[in-house]
Amino acid sequence: MPQILVLVEHSQGKLTTVTGELLAAAARLGEPSAVLVGRPGIGDSLMAELGALGALHVYVAEADAADTLLVTPAVAALDAAAKAAGAVGGVLITASIAGRETAARLSVRLDAGLINDAVDLESTDGGIVATMQALGGAFTVRAAAKSLPIVTIRPHAITGAAPAAEAQRINVDVDLDAAPAAQITAVHAEATATDRPDLMSASVIVSGGRGLGSRENFALVEQLADVFGAAVGASRAAVDADYCDHNMQVGQTGVTVSPDLYIALGISGAIQHRAGMQSAKTIVVINKDADAPLFEVADFGVVGDLFTVVPQLIEAVRARQQA
Amino acid sequence: MKIIVLVKQVPDTYGERRLDDTTRRIQRSGVDLVIDEITERAIEVALTEKDTHDAEVVLMSMGPASAAEMLRKGLALGADSAIHVVDDALVGSDMLRTSAVLAAALQREGFDLIICGNESTDGRGGSMAAMVAEQLGVPHASYLNTVEISTSAVAGERAGEQATRVVRAPLPAVISVTEHNPEPRFASFKGLMRAKKKPIHTVKLSDLDIVEPSSHSAVRSITQRPARAAGRKIVDDGTAANELVEFLTSSHLI
Ligand SMILES: Cc1cc2nc3c(=O)[nH]c(=O)nc-3n(C[C@H](O)[C@H](O)[C@H](O)COP(=O)(O)OP(=O)(O)OC[C@H]3O[C@@H](n4cnc5c(N)ncnc54)[C@H](O)[C@@H]3O)c2cc1C
Ligand SMILES: Cc1cc2nc3c(=O)[nH]c(=O)nc-3n(C[C@H](O)[C@H](O)[C@H](O)COP(=O)(O)OP(=O)(O)OC[C@H]3O[C@@H](n4cnc5c(N)ncnc54)[C@H](O)[C@@H]3O)c2cc1C
Repeated sequence: MPQILVLVEHSQGKLTTVTGELLAAAARLGEPSAVLVGRPGIGDSLMAELGALGALHVYVAEADAADTLLVTPAVAALDAAAKAAGAVGGVLITASIAGRETAARLSVRLDAGLINDAVDLESTDGGIVATMQALGGAFTVRAAAKSLPIVTIRPHAITGAAPAAEAQRINVDVDLDAAPAAQITAVHAEATATDRPDLMSASVIVSGGRGLGSRENFALVEQLADVFGAAVGASRAAVDADYCDHNMQVGQTGVTVSPDLYIALGISGAIQHRAGMQSAKTIVVINKDADAPLFEVADFGVVGDLFTVVPQLIEAVRARQQA
Repeated sequence: MKIIVLVKQVPDTYGERRLDDTTRRIQRSGVDLVIDEITERAIEVALTEKDTHDAEVVLMSMGPASAAEMLRKGLALGADSAIHVVDDALVGSDMLRTSAVLAAALQREGFDLIICGNESTDGRGGSMAAMVAEQLGVPHASYLNTVEISTSAVAGERAGEQATRVVRAPLPAVISVTEHNPEPRFASFKGLMRAKKKPIHTVKLSDLDIVEPSSHSAVRSITQRPARAAGRKIVDDGTAANELVEFLTSSHLI
């Protein structure tokens, strides 16, 4: 079986959940192999955990500059691991901003096809076939790449786990001075790290739009979200008006979500917003304009003032939860 | 300083967008084709630099004949000239092939700085800036919410899922910009008149120093998701919240 290389995602010395998802996907296609790039010492600290998540081999690339150069250290590590591994059947990377760009540079370096934002992967007689959602979830596309496919995978799309393995460590050398790169001179963590679930993987999302009217009023969206244990989303108009952070934007140029329940407050339903949420299982809309286009896709619509309905809703849900 | 802005023509996101059943490509007939919203902002970043410093701004697009009209609009905003890479052999190119062809055309033209959008509204690859940079062997600094250009470097705030980063690259470099950059200016009457005289150079595959690249990825099948139907809609008379809770309970959502 060919090796399937997985780029390990870690933050502040800890593995993020997507690494396990990528190894689970790799196990369906071949031998899962992890590629770990970071500052010296990272290999020792994460080896055992990577084995437990199913990695048969761990290619470790340690370098002082690993955290200060943009994207190129991961590209160099994957390139070196691919050469060390010999027969590689594919490369899997998370579909984050940095992940897509790592995949992009690697695809040029290895002259290999790139498939972005896959939600599923399978091994067929004709090679690896990836499933993607296109045009805001309106179409499902299945695509294959010739020769060695490089696939970025949407976080939280893959379920299941690879069987635990005894990971074998292989050190690879990377020459980070070889390729010109951008320097990272400062990192600013998002101020609003909360206990709420992650927007991309949440099963319930409460989103607010321009109808909230102000940043202070936007707290109402958060209050309803907390009653459901939900993530908070927003329309672009709400983001542009600075009612909330821009990484909450749902839609065409924001995040694409498919939760079990999506509750939209004061959002009109422009086609670019619908593009990011219309694959939710159940959609609830509260809007005072009976003609708002979002009602066309709502399973349950309330024509009313959100400032009246939402506080009542919070009370009623709490009462039901306690009953 | 010579700045080349990569601009893409896409189906208008306000219209109904479709994948064609037979070609399995984005349907370009019967829809309004517009300049991608984020590449419009990329043009604005370049023009702002031209306003304050000595810069030449060139637009470049790879796309069908219809893309010429979009380039003309970009010239009306204030760009100096445009390059249109157009060839029947390029129809249906994947990202890798698109990046190889754009890089060859960029090499031929010469540049100090290349500006892309961070992600197009149709393909949404979010990969082109990094790919073109790799093809050209230059650094990329991408997903920039803000851009500062100096004679020898480009810097800015890079967007990220959990954190933003301040990044800096020496020139020549490729950058990509997000929708947090300023909206484009409007074309003036004078700009529109001048645009008619500005050159749009057409480039064919045979003009480029490139081994004919082939696409490496191929779409196998497409299926359209069934349209959603509207469900129940009630007007609030003071009981809507309770009715909604009933609905959520019966749907096992609470
Ligand atoms: C290329 C492109 C990409 C885009 N990408 C995105 C994207 O990713 N995400 C996105 O969301 N948009 C996106 N947009 C913008 C989109 O077109 C809309 O402008 C935006 O979604 C509108 O946001 P909204 O619904 O909050 O605001 P509005 O359209 O202004 O709607 C506000 C709604 O609130 C209702 N309302 C007001 N007060 C109350 C009240 N008291 N109670 C109840 N209801 C009330 C109003 O009736 C109205 O329906 C994009 C646009 C373009 C051109
Ligand atoms: C629904 C759909 C899915 C697709 N999936 C894949 C896939 O998985 N793998 C694959 O290899 N291809 C895929 N393609 C094809 C791909 O979109 C095209 O090759 C496209 O020309 C470049 O990708 P992008 O628009 O996604 O680039 P992005 O990386 O999103 O574009 C970023 C920027 O690059 C510049 N740019 C991009 N294309 C051009 C151009 N033609 N001319 C000038 N500047 C440009 C613009 O500045 C743009 O803002 C897909 C296309 C569609 C419509």
